[in-house]
Amino acid sequence: MSANRFNAYQNHGVGIGLRIPHYDHIFAHQPAVDWFEIISENYMIDGGRPLHMLDRIMEHYKVVQHGVSMYFGSAQPPDREHLRRLKSLVQRTKTPWLSDHLCWGSIDGTYSHDLLPLPYTWEAVAKTAARIREVQDFVEVPVAVENVSSYAEFLDSEMTEWEFLNEVVERADCGILLDVNNIYVSSVNHDFAPMDYVNAIPAERVAQIHIAGHTRYEKYILDTHDHPVIDPVWQLYARAVERCGPTPTLLEWDDRIPSFEEVWAEARKAEKYLTPAKSAAEEPQLTGAAR
Amino acid sequence: MNLEELQRTMAAAVMQPLTDEEEMQPRDTTGRWQGRPMDEVVGQFIAPNSRLTAFERLEIYNRQYWFRLQTAFHEDFPALRAVVGPERFEALMNAYLTAHPSRSFTLRNLGSNLLDWLFQNPHFAGRKIKLALDVVRVEWACIEAFDNSEFAPLNIEEIAALGANPQLALQPYVQLLALDYPADDLVLDMHRRQRRESSEAGARPEADQDEDFTPLRLRKHATWLAIHRVDYSLYYKRLTQPEYRTLTGLRAGLTLAEALESAFAGSRLNVASQVRQVQQWFATWAQLSWLCAPANPSVGQ
Repeated sequence: MSANRFNAYQNHGVGIGLRIPHYDHIFAHQPAVDWFEIISENYMIDGGRPLHMLDRIMEHYKVVQHGVSMYFGSAQPPDREHLRRLKSLVQRTKTPWLSDHLCWGSIDGTYSHDLLPLPYTWEAVAKTAARIREVQDFVEVPVAVENVSSYAEFLDSEMTEWEFLNEVVERADCGILLDVNNIYVSSVNHDFAPMDYVNAIPAERVAQIHIAGHTRYEKYILDTHDHPVIDPVWQLYARAVERCGPTPTLLEWDDRIPSFEEVWAEARKAEKYLTPAKSAAEEPQLTGAAR
Repeated sequence: MNLEELQRTMAAAVMQPLTDEEEMQPRDTTGRWQGRPMDEVVGQFIAPNSRLTAFERLEIYNRQYWFRLQTAFHEDFPALRAVVGPERFEALMNAYLTAHPSRSFTLRNLGSNLLDWLFQNPHFAGRKIKLALDVVRVEWACIEAFDNSEFAPLNIEEIAALGANPQLALQPYVQLLALDYPADDLVLDMHRRQRRESSEAGARPEADQDEDFTPLRLRKHATWLAIHRVDYSLYYKRLTQPEYRTLTGLRAGLTLAEALESAFAGSRLNVASQVRQVQQWFATWAQLSWLCAPANPSVGQ
């Protein structure tokens, strides 16, 4: 289950996002991190230190690319230069799969640099799925789409977010990067039961799972990636692992970044859920477990 | 509204400048909606929930958009902020970002139009416009020098083997500047080489946002400068005017003879001194790996 065609049959274990403040620690101590996730756009450049550091990391670690500006849900065609640079980086990193978000963010050549929510309409399903297929065909690695945190809903929506996600991934025949923190954030912001979401996703398509922290304000939650993972999110994670099996898991910590040890210790809490799932997956008699 | 029109409408609302209190404008200020109240505009496509109105929900995105771009701009031009002062910088930044929203998938290119825009809008920098323009030149050149491409360098023997009048190219990461002020001193003093990383986090980082630098006081002094990198770190190298002219000539595609002729036009140096100087330049440029073969050398030169 966990190793599937959407993550190139890899089982990467637990990883963290590769961030500049941790470079010195990583090179000095070579910690036993299973893998690093890189933000593709930080390395879609022509040369210099970022690519040099990436090459050094890849001498010792597996990396997986995660993008923030492919905007699968944008109504207009993708930027060809973006695609060309993305493929070039894919060839450099040999990422086994590639992820980006189920959102939009640019129109008429202007970029918001945000992960803007989509209306959950049939038109958006068709256009988003077509774009994912186009990208997947171009980059020639499996693509996984990530559910985003959102703060607004559209009057035009015709289905729930998880129904929309399921329709898109079925039509695109792509994987899912299931972000359980994003599910929690959106569930509070939009008043739905987060476990309904986790229970509704097609487990066989989950290539990877994201965990992260967030910031709670009086009337909404903001997905800030600047805190530890809270218990309700771990509960969603536990259920996701129960359904999907031991899936490659990545802790995101992007702001007010603490020491490497603190981030890595937070990420390793996932092993408590992954290890039993891995044992269960290796027991042949346990087929048909609740999924 | 179809998907494309919905996205165009939402983008216009999200990218509308904030109020001075960093809130969403109560009324349309772009003219797109004839100055109508924004709660009416937003209420046509965003649903409210039990705690937030449609206006308040879209305001989260409106604020995130501006905070993200402002943070990136702050990180790229800290010395400009020091030169013009924090209040003037805020106005300059918001006017620039309104005129030139990002047209690239990466925020790395956000400041690519700033020099031309500031030249056209000098009042945003006040009396210090010439110094501000020089500082922008230096700060933008740092961005280009940091991650522009690098080709196989030519060593001094390889250059000599190209003949008496070769066509040479400069590494794309080498940035050449002619300045009215020694703005590199100022930028070196205060530029914090903190590189920005894209991320999904939408909060406004607190670090360094409100830190005020006191810039070095500079006197006008013609300065020629190369910003380049060695072992992936940025360096500044002062150039003589003829050296600068030679390098800009080579970058423009002139042959070596043409570039040198342009560099020494009107020079009082005798030929022997010129030859010695050129030999020293080439030894340094080759040592720094600045020279490479042109991608498409002109035939017959």
